[in-house]
Amino acid sequence: MHPAPSVIFFSTFSGLGFGLLGFLGFGMFVPTGWVAFVFFAFAYVLAVGGLISSTFHLGHPERALKAFSQWRSSWLSREAWCAVAALVLMAIYGAGLVFFAQQWTLIGMLGAIASLATVFTTSMIYGQLKTVPRWNTYYTSANFLSLSLAGGALLADQGNLTLILMVVAGAIQLATWLRGDTAFATSGTNMATATGLGSIGTVRAFEPPHTGTNYLLREFVYVIGRKHAQKLRIIALVLMAVLPVILLLLPFSHWLALLAVVSHVAGVLAARWLFFAQAEHVVGLYYGKR
Amino acid sequence: MTQLPTQTQKKLGLVIDLDTCVGCHACVISCKGWNTENYGAPLSDQDPYGDNPSGTFLNRVHSFEVQPDQGAAQLIHFPKSCLHCEDAPCVTVCPTGASYKRVEDGIVLVNESDCIGCGLCAWACPYGAREMDQAEGVMKKCTLCVDRIYNENLPEVDREPACVRTCPSNARHFGDFADPDSAVSQLVLERGGMDLMPEQGTKPVNKYLPPRPKDQLTQNDEQIDILAPFLEPVATEAKGFLSWLDKTLEKL
Repeated sequence: MHPAPSVIFFSTFSGLGFGLLGFLGFGMFVPTGWVAFVFFAFAYVLAVGGLISSTFHLGHPERALKAFSQWRSSWLSREAWCAVAALVLMAIYGAGLVFFAQQWTLIGMLGAIASLATVFTTSMIYGQLKTVPRWNTYYTSANFLSLSLAGGALLADQGNLTLILMVVAGAIQLATWLRGDTAFATSGTNMATATGLGSIGTVRAFEPPHTGTNYLLREFVYVIGRKHAQKLRIIALVLMAVLPVILLLLPFSHWLALLAVVSHVAGVLAARWLFFAQAEHVVGLYYGKR
Repeated sequence: MTQLPTQTQKKLGLVIDLDTCVGCHACVISCKGWNTENYGAPLSDQDPYGDNPSGTFLNRVHSFEVQPDQGAAQLIHFPKSCLHCEDAPCVTVCPTGASYKRVEDGIVLVNESDCIGCGLCAWACPYGAREMDQAEGVMKKCTLCVDRIYNENLPEVDREPACVRTCPSNARHFGDFADPDSAVSQLVLERGGMDLMPEQGTKPVNKYLPPRPKDQLTQNDEQIDILAPFLEPVATEAKGFLSWLDKTLEKL
């Protein structure tokens, strides 16, 4: 699948932002006054910035409001609702902390649930697709949610909990990759079922429909950089989880914490790039490609 | 509304005969011709006369080589367009309601004025039937020529999809699969019409007729040998000057 930068940035930063909002909302981190303002502003920049960047890949962003209409069937529509619910509830909760030094627990709880629900709905946009066997699993949701929680914990300074969540997120990431490597082969979709010609013999793509490329090949058959996938995985895992854990175990300093955040974000960005670049859509079978 | 109807009154669709398709791409051209100047946004091309041409097509013809365990390889031309699935995953993922399946005839359509161009429906389609138009930023797909099949301004003979109308080898058939007596239903029954990627659970309406078994030309068959006796070489041994030349050259 084509790794569109707008979607990689969106899912990484909004995941981080909603993770932070989750910890704020559940009251695991209760700043007030200016400190609260800074934290909420930061969470909103991440979450809203991510959402805005996701509109860059739309053909008609001016019609984006229509995307709220189909929540009964569409995970993308559900994501839109959850995101708005989370941002509104957490704005009220944040206003209480910043301006009135009041903790409105119920609103915070609901906002936190909506924040995590947003991350879950994002993951289900990919997880629901049977056409991309690597994504079509609850590992995808576990992967997105665990990274969001680990990143949120890191930003919300959760101490030992951060360490645990980092290790869990790293382990789930590794498991997601390993499961994903065999997903296409075990999905049951291959050139024989795609063409229905498997009962005659071995099917091979002889000639594509056009000599040039097309939308389908650009969007779904992205093979650039796959040969470096294993190296990138190691880099992603080290930056995302291993290095932040080491930095957090060292004697505390704000600079080390900042470095841990930068490292984690870089690692998640690399992993999210791989999430798209390594994903193979079954339509590639018609072109004899994956 | 992007929830799928539980049932449609008709199931309009195509039967594509992989036995008779000759791979001429006439359906590709007639499809593009009709659909670029009728319903909805035109089907744009990018860099059509340049180094890297590409464009939006609703119907494409692939060619596959199939190698049986024994015998010669077969070349099979394989037209592919929207299969108007009963459980169309492209419809349910649409966030805006732009994609829908019609209750009256089962055709899957895109309301282009509601499409935000997110591309998720193309991701959800296993067949590559949907293509984002690069100029318009909206999703394009086969409409089963909805502006032809009900069009009373056209002569009745033309009220079928452009690809079916144009096919010179009669490899494409249009009809109602909900009616067991329709020509397409009968064809599917007689020829063992099949689904593409049945494991994806999309329940495609369009069916493909598998190629018929090929003649066994390599077998010893009397019919083929009828003329053989008349074709045997007459002059078995050369005589005269040519014979001398042949022998002399051999000796050199």
